[in-house]
Amino acid sequence: MDMSAYPLELPEGDRPMVRFMNVTKSYGTLTVLDDLDLDVAEGEMVTVIGPSGSGKTTVLRMLMTLETINGGVIYVDGKPLTHMERDGRLVPANERYLREMRASIGMCFQHFNLFPHMTALQNCMEGPVQVLRLPKAEARDRAEELLSMVGMIEKKDQHPSRLSGGQQQRVAIARALAMRPKVMLFDEVTSALDPEVIGEVTTVIRKLVAEHNLTMLMVTHQMGFARDISDRVCFFYSGKIEEQGPPDQLFGNPQRERTRQFLSAVKDAG
Amino acid sequence: MPIWEFLATYGWRFLGGAVVTAEQFILAALVAITVALLAGLGKLSGNWLIRGTAVVYIEIFRGTSLLVQLYWIFFVLPLFGINLDKFTAGFLSVGLNIGAYGAELVRGAIRSVPKGQWEAAYALSMSPTKRMRRIILPQALAIMLPSWGNLLIELLKGTALVSLISVADLMFEAKQINASTFLSAEAFGTALVVYYILARFLVTPFMRGLERAMARRLGRT
Repeated sequence: MDMSAYPLELPEGDRPMVRFMNVTKSYGTLTVLDDLDLDVAEGEMVTVIGPSGSGKTTVLRMLMTLETINGGVIYVDGKPLTHMERDGRLVPANERYLREMRASIGMCFQHFNLFPHMTALQNCMEGPVQVLRLPKAEARDRAEELLSMVGMIEKKDQHPSRLSGGQQQRVAIARALAMRPKVMLFDEVTSALDPEVIGEVTTVIRKLVAEHNLTMLMVTHQMGFARDISDRVCFFYSGKIEEQGPPDQLFGNPQRERTRQFLSAVKDAG
Repeated sequence: MPIWEFLATYGWRFLGGAVVTAEQFILAALVAITVALLAGLGKLSGNWLIRGTAVVYIEIFRGTSLLVQLYWIFFVLPLFGINLDKFTAGFLSVGLNIGAYGAELVRGAIRSVPKGQWEAAYALSMSPTKRMRRIILPQALAIMLPSWGNLLIELLKGTALVSLISVADLMFEAKQINASTFLSAEAFGTALVVYYILARFLVTPFMRGLERAMARRLGRT
């Protein structure tokens, strides 16, 4: 593949926090994402919606480097994420480079994935102590501050098995934030929750959007929530961005037939 | 001879044998746990040399008879210049044999830690070593502990074979007493009961205790 079309670093003045450049992802003959171009500006909240199988979760997983890409380059904060420079050319990044780069990206999962053998506090201290090599006292202060922010400080010494889904997800958000990421990814974080606790998680995300200048990418099925808090909404359809725009425009006046169909199907369901 | 008289006469020898059996058990268990961990991790390694070594070890020690392995280590290795005393040859053989089964337990338990746990550790930017040590192994341990309880009882019973290279364990003493008294029912009956007591009232409660401690660590009590 010719890599000369891709800069080693994005130039000053054209440096979004995240840039997908001609990114392709396929499993065998199945193309999941086809030549994707997507920029996310610093501090922007972008929501990805679309039918299942449209590749929306794959976008987040590629950014977390949980999935490799088959073509193109992803840049984070101007630097290539999936590739590294060698002899003035971009080559696929090695494990060490990836590890360094993904420390600036935090992710929350549909099923929380808290470490069951650790308390809420220990979950939030694990990354800062083991990866960032923060002194324990400092990591504890940071973890307690974040647990307070998500309203979980009273439960800090509980193991995940003692917490409800909503509580676990709030701890998981604190755990990801404890790494002080530049980009936060939310992958269907409310999909596994009982309806009555969804609010406690969305409240935390709303607070993040309101009070912090974090760059965020979110995949969700909650259209009302997406409309409320997003700066921009991207509608994915079979591996491509079918339509994107400010939430009021995309939800209020969708331009494309597929967007209209999807939104009305979602409305009928819920 | 009534049984109490038999026990009064030979009880001390049975006790001495039981102590040797316990020593063999503990040392063999340490060997088994160590090699099981190494080979279990090795079989999952990305390095083909490490993986190959682990596979060869597991295949040889699981695929052949413990008794033949014991004779090899005690009688054949000296021909290659490796001389082990019978006590060492004993627990080493049993430990290596059971360790090969344990390696599969370790591998299976690691593989059954949910994918989300690997991904969460990865997303925190942990190195593969750290992820294994801090996140995956503690959970794998809880998963495999009940199976280890079974395996360690197998190991205890396996130590009876070391009597065949004249390690003076419980079985060895029983055979000696039988040969000099011809009181087969009493001699082997006593051995049977002592093995049962060791397994049922020492190994099993110990493992149950470990399982409970582990459950507490996971906050599941």
